[in-house]
Order: sequence, then C-alpha cells, then structure tokens
Amino acid sequence: MAATLSTLAYLVAAVLFILALRGLSHPTTSRQGNLYGMVGMGIAIVATLLRPGMGGGGIGLIILALAIGGGAGAYIASRIQMTALPQLVAAFHSLVGLSAVFVAAAAFYAPESFGIGHAGEIHGGSLVEMSLGLAIGAITFSGSVIAFAKLQALMSGAPITFKGQHWLNLGLGILLLVLIIAFVASGSAALFWLIAILAFALGFLLIIPIGGADMPVVVSMLNSYSGWAAAGIGFTLSNLLLIVTGALVGASGAILSYIMCKGMNRSIINVLLGGFGTDAGGAAAGGGGGAERAPVKAGSPEDAAYIMKNAQKIIVVPGYGMAVAQAQQVLREMGDLLKKEGAQVEYAIHPVAGRMPGHMNVLLAEANVPYEDVKELEEINPEFAEADVAFVIGANDVTNPAAKTDKSSPIYGMPILDVERAKTVFFIKRGMASGYAGVDNELFFRPNTMMLFGDAKKVTQEIVQALQRD
Amino acid sequence: MNPTDLANQASATAQRALELAQQARVLAETHVAPVAAAADPFLYLLTIFLLACFVGYYVVWNVTPALHSPLMGVTNAISSVIVVGAILATGLGESIAAQVFGFLAAALAAVNIFGGFIVTRRMLAMFQSKKKG
Repeated sequence: MAATLSTLAYLVAAVLFILALRGLSHPTTSRQGNLYGMVGMGIAIVATLLRPGMGGGGIGLIILALAIGGGAGAYIASRIQMTALPQLVAAFHSLVGLSAVFVAAAAFYAPESFGIGHAGEIHGGSLVEMSLGLAIGAITFSGSVIAFAKLQALMSGAPITFKGQHWLNLGLGILLLVLIIAFVASGSAALFWLIAILAFALGFLLIIPIGGADMPVVVSMLNSYSGWAAAGIGFTLSNLLLIVTGALVGASGAILSYIMCKGMNRSIINVLLGGFGTDAGGAAAGGGGGAERAPVKAGSPEDAAYIMKNAQKIIVVPGYGMAVAQAQQVLREMGDLLKKEGAQVEYAIHPVAGRMPGHMNVLLAEANVPYEDVKELEEINPEFAEADVAFVIGANDVTNPAAKTDKSSPIYGMPILDVERAKTVFFIKRGMASGYAGVDNELFFRPNTMMLFGDAKKVTQEIVQALQRD
Repeated sequence: MNPTDLANQASATAQRALELAQQARVLAETHVAPVAAAADPFLYLLTIFLLACFVGYYVVWNVTPALHSPLMGVTNAISSVIVVGAILATGLGESIAAQVFGFLAAALAAVNIFGGFIVTRRMLAMFQSKKKG
C-alpha cells in the first residue's frame, strides 16, 4: 500500500477511535462505540501489514505474535471477575508501557525501518522523542506492576514510605533528564538501556508510597501515562495515528485523575507524595475528642426490613465493602422486593467508590441493577432530604459529615453523600472500625442511625428473608 | 530619453531581475530547504498532537461517569495501537534485534488489544437498558 494510502487509513482509524470515546457519552451508544474502536484497530493493523517492504517471513512472525498475545488477552478478559477489574486494567497498562519500551528499542536498533536515520546516526530530534517514549513507557510499566500488586493484594496496600524518599525521587528524576540529554548528544546504546533501567526504578519508587485507597487516582494516572508513552513513540516514528491516540488516551487518563482527586478533595501532588493513611490513627484520636457520645444503636435485619417495608423512598449507598463481600446480587434482590412493596429505590455512587473510576457502576450493572436507578453524587444529594431510608453498605468515609464541619479532619472538604438528611440511616458494617482515612464517623452515634453489624452479604440476605417472610 | 534607450534599459533591468531570482532560488535550495524539511514535519506532528489533546479533552468530559470503567477499558485497548510500530519493526526486518523487540512488543500489545476490547464489551453488555417489572 502506498504511503499516502496508509496515512489515509491511519486517519480513518484515528477518527474511529474518537468516535469510540464519543459513544461512551451514553450507555445506549456505547456498544456501537466499542465496535468503532475495534474496526479502527483492525484498519490500522491491516494498513500497516500492507505497507511496502513487508517481508513474507516478517508477516508470519507478526501473525504469530498477534495470535499468542491476542489469545492470552482474550482468555484473560473473558474470564476475569468484575471485582478484579482494577488490577486487570493496571496489568494491561503495564503491558502498554513495556510495549512502548520495546518499540523504542526496535527503533533504536533499526532506525531505517522508520526513516529516522541510520544505526548509530539517528537524527537528534528523533532521539529526544525516542528517549521520552522510552522513559514514560518504562515508568508506566513498573508503576503499573506495583499498582497491580497492591490491588491484587500481592503486596500490602499500605503506603511504603522512608526518610528522604521525595528527595531520592527528585534526584533520580534529574538524573534521568541528564541521561536523556547525554543520550541525545551521543546516541549510545549503553545510555539507552541506562535510561530504561532508571525509569523502571523511578516508576517503582513513585507508586510504592501511595496507599490502597488512592488506587483510583493511580490507575487513572497510569492510564494517562500509557497514552503519553504512545504519543512519544508516535513522534519518534512520525506516525499520525499513534500521536492522535496517545493524546486521546493521555487526556482521558488526566481527566479521570482530576475527577478522582476532586472526589477526595486532594491535589494530585498530595496523592503522589503519598503516605495518606499512615498518620490517620493519630488524627482520629486527636480530632475525635469522643467524650459524652450517645451509645451506638444496633439493630437486627428484621428491624431494618420492617422499617424499609414501610418506606416510600430508599437510597442505597454502596461502597467498596459491598464489592469485597460480593453482596451486589443480594442487594439487587432486596431492591426488587422493596420496589414490589411500592418503594422507590435508588443507588447513590460516590466518585471514588470502588477501586477505579466507575467501578461501582459496573458491579451494580453486573448484578442487573438498572442503570437508570444509579445516580451520581450531585444528582442524588438533594434527594436525601426526602428519603425515608439511606441504606449504607460497605461505605463509610464518603458519608462522614465531618468532611463538611470538622476542619481538623483529614477528610475535611471532601464532597460527601448527605445520608444524614434521610429519616433513618442504616449502616451495615462488620464492626466499629473506622474507614480508610482512619476517621471516626459521628453518624454512627446519631439517634436516627441504626447499625447493622455483620458481613454485608449475610446481613442483606437476612433482610431479604425477612422481607419475603411477611 | 528615446524609446530605444528605454527599451534597452528595461531589458537590462529584466535581465538583472532574472539573475536575482535565480540567485534567490539557488539560495533557497541550498539553505532554506533543509531547514524547512527539518522543522515542518515536527511542527505538523505537534499541531496534530495538540489538536488531538483538545479533542480528547472535550470528548472525555462528555463521557457519563457511570461509564468511566469502560472508558478505561477502551483507552487501554486503543493505546495499544503502538502495535503499528511493532509490526513495522518486525515486518521490515532491518535488524535481528529490531525483529526480536518488535515481536515482543506486538505480542504484548495484542494482549491489550484483544483483552481491552473484550473486557469493555463485557462491561457494556451489562449496561443494557433493563425492562422494569
């Protein structure tokens, strides 16, 4: 295929990718959008295979690589549990990063293939772009591996911090820049690999201080990085499609990171510096001042069933605890039963519920909760005042009124779901432990709050049984 | 001044202009052209990149928050378009090293392409409008 034709095909693919993202503006158009994405990718691959100079043996190798990788990807993706989605996405990001590293290496050893000079005398500009793609790709790889390990609980989700950590990272960052400059000046292979190793180390060090509860931001951020890595490689290869796609993905990840940070009222810098949660125990002890508190009112599932049966409007607030307990199916059953009783049942999702953006929505959708009943924070907050029952299952910090009133609280300023305005608030919790931020929730002690202690799934099951009984 | 002189002068001026134009062309070819060739493609790519950032910005803000997980799935899949570079490295076969790296990169990207689109499809299938009641 002539160069003009393949460029044209790349342009079509880029437009299809934009349409794929555009389709996600509504669930009804989203599946069509995903199809556009697949077609775009198909066009890009075929157009590349048809470029002049493609040898027969080479094509065989490519098909073999695509078959091995594609088979593995298809196998994993069709079997993965939706609760494990965040770690799957983290793992996928790491592969994009490593892939970028390998493409950069291929371009370094065979610059003729990409028209950027000859081995040993690659154009300066291309070396700059190549080293950027390489470094970002390597950081994405090792950072995502750590994110994966934390999400998969292969390593503790607790932040790993040590003295002088930030100075070490800063120093390594500067060293990385120096190496890139030296590499551009010399074009040496040793420096190329030194950049790769240093960037691997930096990605690792950047993610270890970030705690488990901040993973939504990390996953979004690595999503963004994988885009910038692709764009960097796109500049190296002067490939329009890679540049456009990289920019789209980079922008998307950046916006998601921003939304997640806003959901926690924290700056991206604050999240990246990490360590959140380590000193929270002290903050809770100091900020709580828990004198003369009313005793906690605990109730039974039967009590909850009785109250909800007579309720007109019920708002369910699911948190990550619900997903851990795998309570989404039985939660939906409870919703169905209550709807049959004539109640209006809605679900309120906090922006940072779950372990990645939109995770809770997927889990509820998987349990066949109609997406029309699932509301975002801004949409649902005014409705709590009219609600008879707020049913909080596996969530805590995102309902804590201290975020609005207590300036000394670590979660002060975080947007919260106004469950306290509902007539009755149910909290399903295993015990009185505080949430990720390590803060006490004063709601537990309010007269209109009833605690339902136990496993989220078990308690909900008992409520369902009580509802069915009478 | 008689017409003949005028005509001669005009023709001499024209001749001079022609020579100047030729000199300018030679200058342009020897000096300006390489500069333009070196700067233009990069600026052209940078323009595309920045415009694509803006397109991404507006398109992604339009994505409904309920579909943020599928958004990550799709962006994951399409960022693996890096496979294009891997295919070129493997297929053109300029060096063994490049072929090996290209092969590895293509396999990794393929995991993402298939995995990303399939997992997104699974997620989106759950967001079908449910008939109530």
